[in-house]
Amino acid sequence: MKIEGKRQIWKEYQKEIAEDHFFYVRSCVRQNFFPGSEKTFLQILKDELHKDIYENPSHTTCSGIGYHSDIVPFETSMTMVARQFALMTESGYKNLATSCITSFGLYTEILNTWHHFPEVEERIRRHLKNATGREFKVPDNLSHASDIIYKFRNEIAKKGKFRLINRETGKPLKVVEHIGCHYSRMFPSKGIGGAEYPYVLTGMIEEWGGEVIDYPERRHCCGFGFRQYLIQANRGYSIACSKKKFDSMRPYKPDFILTNCPGCPMFLDRWQYAISEMEGITYGENGSGIPVLTYEELAGMILGYDPWDLGLQVHQVPVEPLLDKIGIPYDPSSKFLGKDGKYLGKPAVPTFLKFS
Amino acid sequence: MGKLYDKLTEDVRFIEGLKACLNCGTCTAICPAAAFYNYQPRMLVDILQTRDDEKIEALLKSETIWYCGECMSCVTRCPRGNAPGLLITTLRSLSQELGYFVESEKGRQQLAIKRTVGEWILNYGYCLFPANILPEMHPEQGPIWEWEYANIEAVMERLGANYQQSGPGILRKIPQEALDEIRKIFDETGGTARYEKIEEFSRKKANELGINLDETLTCDYIRHIYTVNMKDHTQAL
Repeated sequence: MKIEGKRQIWKEYQKEIAEDHFFYVRSCVRQNFFPGSEKTFLQILKDELHKDIYENPSHTTCSGIGYHSDIVPFETSMTMVARQFALMTESGYKNLATSCITSFGLYTEILNTWHHFPEVEERIRRHLKNATGREFKVPDNLSHASDIIYKFRNEIAKKGKFRLINRETGKPLKVVEHIGCHYSRMFPSKGIGGAEYPYVLTGMIEEWGGEVIDYPERRHCCGFGFRQYLIQANRGYSIACSKKKFDSMRPYKPDFILTNCPGCPMFLDRWQYAISEMEGITYGENGSGIPVLTYEELAGMILGYDPWDLGLQVHQVPVEPLLDKIGIPYDPSSKFLGKDGKYLGKPAVPTFLKFS
Repeated sequence: MGKLYDKLTEDVRFIEGLKACLNCGTCTAICPAAAFYNYQPRMLVDILQTRDDEKIEALLKSETIWYCGECMSCVTRCPRGNAPGLLITTLRSLSQELGYFVESEKGRQQLAIKRTVGEWILNYGYCLFPANILPEMHPEQGPIWEWEYANIEAVMERLGANYQQSGPGILRKIPQEALDEIRKIFDETGGTARYEKIEEFSRKKANELGINLDETLTCDYIRHIYTVNMKDHTQAL
């Protein structure tokens, strides 16, 4: 194929990501389970990349988990999202950056709906006005936070203190990349690389020195499935999906898993523990698991941030073996300390999964 | 054309999601739910395009429509631009609107979601809130969550959260004015009405089944729908 033709095809899978001045909306799952990741994202944008990013304290959940577990009507979720747009407009911003993939997918779905059905947008404007007195403009640019880290991956690499290289062998680390379903499955043109070859995480991994593993169940869902996890009686679905992925990736011996959705790292981390307790199976070397990272955590590691500032201590699958492979220093004695240095006690040790 | 089918077409997601299905089965091949449950999105779309109200009513009362995880993998792959995952959202909406959801074991679970995520949205402004993620209800969260849960304020502070404080930040206390606005949005757009219908139809069903349902999360009905599978829903291997 001629190089021009290749570029033309690739162009279809690019998306525009704003350069600066972001209105940031947080993720419910991220805040609960990986708070250090959101803190790190803002730190990187402000302190390393010198970007303007603003959070309005009055923004709330977009209601996405309620919408996709079908208790919240579409009409309500559209108006909740319209309220976020109104806060953005009132704050003087035009570029929306979402921390959450479910939110990103919902925002995308809503903008697409309004594009096809302008009368729906008009109705939602009336609902928002009636309920809150607010008005809004739709964002000029909608990016997921991982899009923004992808866009500035070169700058992060240049400032980086570490690379994804095994310091003993000198070889690139082998990485599984796992994209959140609602990043680009419904609207491939809204994700970097589309739905078939999403490049958002691969771009980071390659830029930072690692090697991406292609394995059979690479595109399978982590198994959140909204109601399939929220209800205890349905969690067999959730764990079965994750297990299908672990079984498929195991022969490729990944050094770690990288994710861009708030829920996926939690499930891929916790289900490894649950599978080990249920079946005695572990997926890493010698009884350890496969560490699972958020892209903010990985960017922070590359930049040399303290692993415990990133929040790596709240992973059930310990990340220390990966830190050792790269050569990132850490203080084991401060892993379970509070901000004031007070020892918070140590979590119980799992039956099979190596924890220390 | 039947009344239920007409009702479905009032939802823009139904218009977006249903073109003409050629029954190729690609959606079923890619579907994570089909790999686990006794479920085929292909069959679902095929039933809908018959426009047969009796079949649609049976679907709305069935376990089938509750198996999907809404990952939307089917949307990417359908060669005809159908979106079975989106059709599921419309079917679940109508099933709750008409009270049909209580006729299936999986449908009845909606009350537990409304009483948790649904109430947390209104009360906290978040879909999830750590103080409510009880370790005993979430054994899969492991010892690390037990440790976090026991030390939640200290862990959140260590990781830079603004836990339940005013101002911006992670898990900040959402201002009362913002929570009031959310509630008004729910009243204005049918969210409150949906919640009330879920409660009302569940109450009737609990009476019919003779299982105690009160306001708490620990009553027999909630415990039952949250933890029990009376049937085998999984795919026969």
